[in-house]
Amino acid sequence: MTEGTWPIGPKPPLRRFHQARWDEPVIFELSQPGARGVLPPAVEPEIREAVGDPVAALPRSVRRERPPALPELAQLHVVRHYARLSQENLGVDLNVDVGQGTCTMKYSPKVNDQLASDPKVADLHPLQDPSTTQGVLEVMWRLEQMLKAISGLDRVTLQPGAGSAAIYTNVSMIRAYHASRSEGARDQVITTIFSHPSNAACAKTAGYEVITLYPDADGYPDLGALRAAVSERTAALLITNPEDTGIFNPRIDDFVRVVHEAGGLCAYDQANANGILGITRAKEAGFDLCHFNLHKTFSTPHACGGPAAGACAVTEELAPFLPVPTVERDDDGRFFLDHERPMSIGKVRPWYGVVPNIVRAYAWITSLGAEGLREVAETAVLNNNYLMHKVLEIAGVSAPYAEGRRRIEQVRYSWEELSRETGVRSEDLGLRAADFGTHYWTSHHPWVVPEPMTLEPTESYSKADLDEYAAILAHVAEEARTDPELVRTAPHASTVHRADHEPLDDPERWAVTWRAYRRKAGLGG
Amino acid sequence: MSTQAEPPAAYPYIPNAVPEVREAMLREIGASSVDELYADVPEHLRLTQPLDLPPALRSEAELVRHVEGLLSRNASTREALSFLGAGCYQHHVPAVCDEVNSRSEFLTAYAGEPYEDHGRFQALFEYASMMGELLEMDVVNVPTYDGFQASATALRMACRITDRTSVLVTGSIGRDELSKIRDYLAPDVSVELVPFDPATGEMDLDALRGMVSDATAAVIVKSPTYLGVVETRVEEIAAIAHGVGALVVGSTDPSTLGVLGPPAAWGADIACGDIQPLGMHQHFGGGHAGFIATHDDPRFVMEFPSRLFGITSTRVEGEYGFGDVAYERTSFAVREEGKEWVGTAAALWGITAGVYLALMGPQGMVELGEGMMVRTRYAMDRLAAIPGVRLPFAGSHHVKEFVVDLTGTGRTVAEVNAELLERGIFGGKDLSTEFPELGQSALCCVTEVHTKGDLDRLADGLGEVLR
Repeated sequence: MTEGTWPIGPKPPLRRFHQARWDEPVIFELSQPGARGVLPPAVEPEIREAVGDPVAALPRSVRRERPPALPELAQLHVVRHYARLSQENLGVDLNVDVGQGTCTMKYSPKVNDQLASDPKVADLHPLQDPSTTQGVLEVMWRLEQMLKAISGLDRVTLQPGAGSAAIYTNVSMIRAYHASRSEGARDQVITTIFSHPSNAACAKTAGYEVITLYPDADGYPDLGALRAAVSERTAALLITNPEDTGIFNPRIDDFVRVVHEAGGLCAYDQANANGILGITRAKEAGFDLCHFNLHKTFSTPHACGGPAAGACAVTEELAPFLPVPTVERDDDGRFFLDHERPMSIGKVRPWYGVVPNIVRAYAWITSLGAEGLREVAETAVLNNNYLMHKVLEIAGVSAPYAEGRRRIEQVRYSWEELSRETGVRSEDLGLRAADFGTHYWTSHHPWVVPEPMTLEPTESYSKADLDEYAAILAHVAEEARTDPELVRTAPHASTVHRADHEPLDDPERWAVTWRAYRRKAGLGG
Repeated sequence: MSTQAEPPAAYPYIPNAVPEVREAMLREIGASSVDELYADVPEHLRLTQPLDLPPALRSEAELVRHVEGLLSRNASTREALSFLGAGCYQHHVPAVCDEVNSRSEFLTAYAGEPYEDHGRFQALFEYASMMGELLEMDVVNVPTYDGFQASATALRMACRITDRTSVLVTGSIGRDELSKIRDYLAPDVSVELVPFDPATGEMDLDALRGMVSDATAAVIVKSPTYLGVVETRVEEIAAIAHGVGALVVGSTDPSTLGVLGPPAAWGADIACGDIQPLGMHQHFGGGHAGFIATHDDPRFVMEFPSRLFGITSTRVEGEYGFGDVAYERTSFAVREEGKEWVGTAAALWGITAGVYLALMGPQGMVELGEGMMVRTRYAMDRLAAIPGVRLPFAGSHHVKEFVVDLTGTGRTVAEVNAELLERGIFGGKDLSTEFPELGQSALCCVTEVHTKGDLDRLADGLGEVLR
């Protein structure tokens, strides 16, 4: 063995990353019959004596025959198993998480997590007497006031569970609005291909025919196509702006006007609001409704895919249709829940919303104020344009549409040129990036932009972070030329190796649970 | 005298707010100002005033003081003795559940690939696998938003599978859940309520027989019901529904499945419900997540809107890989051509419920169910002994909730609960608006957290209030 150098040499340009690889079994394989992880409290003997055995009194047809075949583990082994799995996961706290475009992967302040888990709110039942819940009701009311200011609209509900649920809530309100005016024959909803797929999918679920507009040659939503699409059948336009390309539609108010003139409503999907906080609002463009994703723009953690939180804002005209209950403040400054709203669409979720995330979002906005929110937006946009500048220095990548224009908060790039040259696909490049401790996401389907990559750097990352990220992409792109097989077989330094996809689409082999896997693999039930 | 604090040069959450860094970045991209980057936002759409927001509380200390100050006006179920349930439950949350779901590797991750986010995929696969054992079904979704959404989607799945557009809903369903179902099944699916027997609280099977037809896509039955009663004739309900080619959706509370047979055992084709009882705090109603489960029949699997994570081989022998099963059915893949929609929902609560089930194990779930049943019966017996108090479904089986009718006392639930509150007790949910046919009734919830002393305190307190 040779000794290392002293003083210690410099770091290499890219970090020598290797993710945790615990080779962890599935939890059932760790089972030790008889082991216990936690114990429920024992029933006092006096209670048993008083009531006998109500379980034995259950009819056989509804009594559980044998205990559920759950794994049996001592507490340490549960903790260790999940601690290991957690190490096999990368979150914002670990990686330069700019590769999950459209998702606004920003830093979630720890203090807000602490506030959200305060027993004064975590252990509150939603049906408590309002005299015991004034604090949480005030937080909700205050957050609603903030989102009114940020959107410019008149009323807010925090009930939807996440962004897509908020889109559905807006669609449901649109449906109720038209029905209230005997305009139920309006059966079409218009959206754009670069708006989130849930705009199309929620409208369809709610019974609408969906018309999807494609961009013009410059990548801007096509006003002519919209004019051709609207009619007396138009119920609404559901549109994102900036779209998932990061391109802001400068004629957005014209879009709204055209739809209004046809008698339709306009709902603004503000999933991409991070770059325009305090710059422009739903109100100025004339929207009737909008929604925010509190887990994107307002920093609540993404939690492996929820719990998230959605918020819908509407004009006074749409307010009667908001889900019940609404949070109200009486003349004495006391907060209460109003269930008596006869025009309401009713419930979109149990109770009032994802309260821990409502607390987090409130704390986040409070810590920043108006000036801070504008700083968030401007920095997110600066970071994005800086990263775009860096990325476009890499040979083989492009940013289709709006040639020479700036972007707002994200860019949908294309590796088409590199892919044509090397045969390496965008997905492969993303998986190779995992070997350097990060990742990126391609795009929603369909891939209108070929070989896509969607990057959204938000305000959370430093110049050095962005430089590192761009350097990883440059390195991986170079590898695609020099050693394409290395890229195509990536990841190599991740938790696991390339997985086989065929079994996942084969009913004979797909297995969503361990019991299904064991049965199909012939390993016994 | 006060001096106005200067705006800070940098924000703790915004590293590139440092002016020198911004200047350098602007220089590098050839822009003179950030404003230039907004060239596509027309002047007439720009805000000219700052947003009308309260002044910032920039330091952590000020923020904590402010938010804790607001929250201090709450009184939680740790401070009072609560008997509130009705869909949101006070169970003991094991410390390990909070530990795992606050680990930042899980908390701050999102939608990475099954490589750098292998842990998330495995943890959710294990969640589904443990729920599969509890439910005795092979297919369980990555959680949807909540139990209401699970019911609504299960019914839409049933409509697609049967190609029918009429559903029958158990008449004792909570009115909030019914509202969600009606909103979600509009405009194309008709929703009718099957009455319940006022003597037992169970579904009226004669009525059900008269309502099913070859247009019925599904019957959704809950056991325990919203009013706390165990449906004992579920096999007959399933037979009636299946007899007309309808599916059975069995909605259940997973915390009761140590003692109750899962819906699959009595013939349900789709099981659904809410996992909040499995390791989530009440969160003022913000701790919910929904499960949907079916047998491993492609006709059913292909109708899930949710993501389904499956296990698969990798290029290395003995290594477990994960990925999306039948992704092409989702709206992520094919937009409005997918099944309903999929989006961010409640994955971390799923991971947490998995932790809970792993901690509890088979014996823990049995003890949980038994413990609740025994305590609940004790509470029922004590309350029934109070003059004027009637338990309308006392002869039925209950696990953790039951209805108490105060009509005979001449007092309203609202009055009684107000007086219980003075004694530090949150009485049961007032049902007088939701189920006027039950008079002045309350829905009381008893779980494993309640001691004999707690239950006696409720009975004694109610006795005093009514004296």
